[in-house]
Amino acid sequence: MNPGIRGIAVNTFRESARNKMFYLLVFFGVLFALSSRLVSFLTLGDAMKVLKDTGLAAINFFCVLIAIFTGINLVYKEVEKKTVLAILSKPVRRDEFILGKFLGLALTMLAALAAMAAIFFAFILLNGGGFDWRILLYFAMLFLELLVIIAVSLLFSAFTTPILAFIFTVSLYLIGHVMWTYNEFKALLRAPAMKVLSEILYYLLPNLDKFNIKNEVVLGTAPGAATILYTVLYGAVYTAALLALAVLIFRRREFQ
Amino acid sequence: MKALEIKGLKKSFRSNFLIRRYDILKGIDLDVEPGEIYGFLGPNGAGKTTTIKCVLGLLRADAGEVSVAGQPAASVEARRRIGFLPENPFFYDYLSAREYLRFATSLFAIPQAEADGRIAALIHRVGLSGHEDLKLRKYSKGMIQRLGLAQAMINDPELLILDEPFSGLDPVGRKDLRTLIFSLREQGKTIFFSSHILQDMELMVDRVGIILGGTIRRQGRLSEMVERSTQYYEVVCDRIAPRELAQIQGDFASRDGHFILTLPSEGDVNLVVESIIHNGGRIVAVTPVKMTLEDIFFSEMAGGAPPAPTSRSGETGGGAR
Repeated sequence: MNPGIRGIAVNTFRESARNKMFYLLVFFGVLFALSSRLVSFLTLGDAMKVLKDTGLAAINFFCVLIAIFTGINLVYKEVEKKTVLAILSKPVRRDEFILGKFLGLALTMLAALAAMAAIFFAFILLNGGGFDWRILLYFAMLFLELLVIIAVSLLFSAFTTPILAFIFTVSLYLIGHVMWTYNEFKALLRAPAMKVLSEILYYLLPNLDKFNIKNEVVLGTAPGAATILYTVLYGAVYTAALLALAVLIFRRREFQ
Repeated sequence: MKALEIKGLKKSFRSNFLIRRYDILKGIDLDVEPGEIYGFLGPNGAGKTTTIKCVLGLLRADAGEVSVAGQPAASVEARRRIGFLPENPFFYDYLSAREYLRFATSLFAIPQAEADGRIAALIHRVGLSGHEDLKLRKYSKGMIQRLGLAQAMINDPELLILDEPFSGLDPVGRKDLRTLIFSLREQGKTIFFSSHILQDMELMVDRVGIILGGTIRRQGRLSEMVERSTQYYEVVCDRIAPRELAQIQGDFASRDGHFILTLPSEGDVNLVVESIIHNGGRIVAVTPVKMTLEDIFFSEMAGGAPPAPTSRSGETGGGAR
């Protein structure tokens, strides 16, 4: 790997690893995942299913929270505190800086997700469940979704304040999870121009629901290999496009 | 080949919703020879930092060319040859100095074994020994400045660009920095540093460029600038009655039993000295008083007009009228 990208990635990972807020969110993620045991007591039906359903949802929620909160500050803080001056005056290209930041946060999320997943698997085993490879697949898909979210927040962080970046990222996240209603919305449109616009938007907006396979996993099924491959490709292309856009914007930035 | 060459550098900023344009640099031309200490002098807001940031590619110039050892300055190759200390630097406060310098070596792809030795030597050189494993959030401003110097030297650069390097340093730190800069010059390094503190410049630089209002008003060897700038002559004499002296030169001051006369030209000096000797007086000293860098600087600020001759003797007595 390019030494500049590696150096920045390792340092970004180290920054998160030394941030108390990161551990706090991981702790709450684990706590809420484990509290699914309580929910299973209060709910009728298959206790293990409830346990998995609530636990995975808690891990998902806290991982997304960490990714957004860390991502929106990723570039902004560097520019605001002027730490970027000492880096970009060295032989580091701006695309290397953006990629390093992205990979650093991706590594952080991988570590957080791995820790939460390990605890969750142990928890399932302790409660009489067995090892289910489908849960592993769920975590892999969640990680892919997190990569998209990191790229979205990084893109906004490259040119705006954390508050605006937060609003934009959360908005896209929410839109991305109701994309299954988009076709119904499109059908309501009459004007041809609006139809074309809505078609363009359909491909531009992130379809994050593709990564959510919780219901299948909890019910003991899993998407087919072709669907998974398509989702992985979609995630990779979408993330790459967002990063390319972030690089384009960041290249034009000036540091006063 | 010049260590740094800037030709016709222009930069403006827009504000007020892009309506108003402020010209910050109006065509900067300067060059720095290899192995010299170049002082970039100017008041706050003159365009020093903007120039430096354009050199490093942190700002995009509207026009002009900048090259480092013949290469475009903003290129990655040029940046391998440069070490940069930003003004009021800030580094990741969750790291220690050693960790930060290790991070800096990774950006230059310096092998680990070589990096460790270089880091240890630099920590010692900038006076941070014993504090290298302390988190930077516990560092004082002066210690951060020292770390800033260390990170600027991590790649053993040919050209060091230091933006206001003396700010935040106590007298010991300033002396240490001067010693360090002189030792770097002895190693053949080129140092380009900006400052608005005249004393720093006068004590150190080989050449100076004075920037005012976005243009270079004067540039040259400091020694030549000062040499060419005799403001007036000071004649010190005694053993002459004030009444007689007043007849020779109406305006003079007295101090410690001596009389001090301020004369505008060499011709006046000859006439006055002859007259004093003729009247039985004794000439103690004749001194051409040259402009200091401060005088030159303020003269440029006043639009290039030489400052009015004023006696530097701090005399107490008044001249006879």
